[in-house]
Amino acid sequence: MTPMLETQDVARHFDVSRPLIQRLLAREGRRTLRAVDGVSFAIPKGSTLSLVGESGCGKSTVARLVVGLYPPTRGRVLFDGQDLAAARADRRQRSRMQMIFQDPYASLNPRWRVADIIAEPIRAFGLIEGRAAQMERVGELLTQVGLSPLDGQKYPHEFSGGQRQRISIARALSSNPEFLVCDEPTSALDVSVQAQILNLMKELQARLGLTYLFISHNLAVVRQVSDRIGVMYLGRLVELAPAETLFTTPRHPYTRALMEAIPDLEMTGRARTPVGGEVPSPISPPSGCAFHPRCPLANARCKAEAPRMLPAGEAQVACHAVEEGRAAA
Amino acid sequence: MRAFFDSDLWWSFTRSPVTVLSAVTAFVCIAGAVFAPWLAPHNPFDLASLQLLDAFKPPAWSAEGDLAYPLGTDDQGRDVLSAIMYGARVSLLVGFAAVAFSTLLGVTLGLLAGYLGGKVDALLMRIADIQLTFPGILVALLVDGIVRAALPRDVHDQIAVFVVIFAIGISNWPQFARTVRGSTLVERNKEYVQAARVIGLSPLRIMVSHVLPNVMSPVLVIATLSLGFAILAEATLSFLGVGVPPTQPSLGTLIRIGNDFLFSGEWWITIFPGVALIVMVLSVNLLGDWLRDALNPKLR
Repeated sequence: MTPMLETQDVARHFDVSRPLIQRLLAREGRRTLRAVDGVSFAIPKGSTLSLVGESGCGKSTVARLVVGLYPPTRGRVLFDGQDLAAARADRRQRSRMQMIFQDPYASLNPRWRVADIIAEPIRAFGLIEGRAAQMERVGELLTQVGLSPLDGQKYPHEFSGGQRQRISIARALSSNPEFLVCDEPTSALDVSVQAQILNLMKELQARLGLTYLFISHNLAVVRQVSDRIGVMYLGRLVELAPAETLFTTPRHPYTRALMEAIPDLEMTGRARTPVGGEVPSPISPPSGCAFHPRCPLANARCKAEAPRMLPAGEAQVACHAVEEGRAAA
Repeated sequence: MRAFFDSDLWWSFTRSPVTVLSAVTAFVCIAGAVFAPWLAPHNPFDLASLQLLDAFKPPAWSAEGDLAYPLGTDDQGRDVLSAIMYGARVSLLVGFAAVAFSTLLGVTLGLLAGYLGGKVDALLMRIADIQLTFPGILVALLVDGIVRAALPRDVHDQIAVFVVIFAIGISNWPQFARTVRGSTLVERNKEYVQAARVIGLSPLRIMVSHVLPNVMSPVLVIATLSLGFAILAEATLSFLGVGVPPTQPSLGTLIRIGNDFLFSGEWWITIFPGVALIVMVLSVNLLGDWLRDALNPKLR
């Protein structure tokens, strides 16, 4: 079966050069920020792939690449086997993908009534004709996400963060999509509300057979929703594994460091080994493996040669130490 | 309507006596101008009713004054109060129309520059920068001069009012364009705009239905403040003799005509139109200032 979404060595670079005159005065060249630098993964229909990583590792850029908000600098994105640019040119195909955003305070137009916000995709894709029928559908969607159909007449500022995120979900579902990109949908919410939203998303997935690309920096959240998890570091995938495998046997040194950092009760009071150093700048990434300046297992080969994604058990890992067996599993 | 009286805006309005006073004054000025044909004691354009014998009557409260002419008469025997009311009509018409024109132009160009960015943005903003290095009144004079030179005299007189509106409007658009561009740059990167892009709405539709409503409140403030500027600019042009034709005297024209008699002692002919102009512009500007503060969340 063709995967819902596939990326093949997709990259996105941003030109962050200073203005021409300043560049000439300072005698410096153009500068490129490699936000995403060669990422390949596939998401089978009906499953959830999560991307995790620190701030600035490029996970949100991947989210924007796969819905076509940014064109890729290199590589290809395939939506249901079709090139993304072609898929987005076709209204029917476009209506099959939707996105949920991080900030529930910025993702709803403050001047629009909730009913109009939710109905916008329905109108844009011409799915239902007639205002009465549209409003009936909006009422259904609001009920589906646990709000009242009467809430449609209110404005976004009358709702809490969690309720707004429910509205965003209702809006995203209004075009009957099959693929949802969720860019940190819970990170702006309280922990108790996070769980409600995650449960709602899982329930909708089970009921509607949705495929999710889930972006998060919160490993606990990711564990709850994912089938597979990809760990990103500085614009590249370093490990891609089934969710439970990743948590039980993390292979890449960076994944291990992340697992170490999860607070848990058994570890209380015991010393932790923090990941040393800072995340390097994606404008001038380190040579070879981007993680080598912070990696406890790094050697000369890691400094010189970038590792490729290689199968390791059920997982795929990009690490020389894992490949050579230097990392004790 | 109830929502309006419940709003923060109305609350802040009632708490500011200066604002209430200037709103009342502005209202009186506008009403007096709009309803001049019904409210004014005389019709200064009705040549048949003019009495040269009544020329140069001082205001009613002085010894030689006549109650029929509360603010005195000019050299043709026209009632100064009526002339002011009719003149304010022209001033306000030009003011509102010029502001409407520069709002339309500035908001459109600012939205395009901010949303499309890149070369469109650079080009439009450089034009605005260049224009901002000239005083607005100079730009208006220049436009008026070009049109005057290009058109035959009688054609020019017929469309003089529109030329003035265009000249003042074009001299003021960069203010709107810059403000709107700034807010558009902020709104463009908000997630609700990205959500609209994900479903594939066209840039034009996103600009009009999503970005525009969210950048309009600063525009409202600038428009109010520009109204004062536009009225003054019109008065300046008319005072310099390049504004509206003398057959439709505005406040500026009245001040210029009266200016000739200032040194022969007939001060009321120029002072009263001048006071009317000051009161009108001041009240509009005070309203604009209040609106700016009331809509600024940081000052609440």
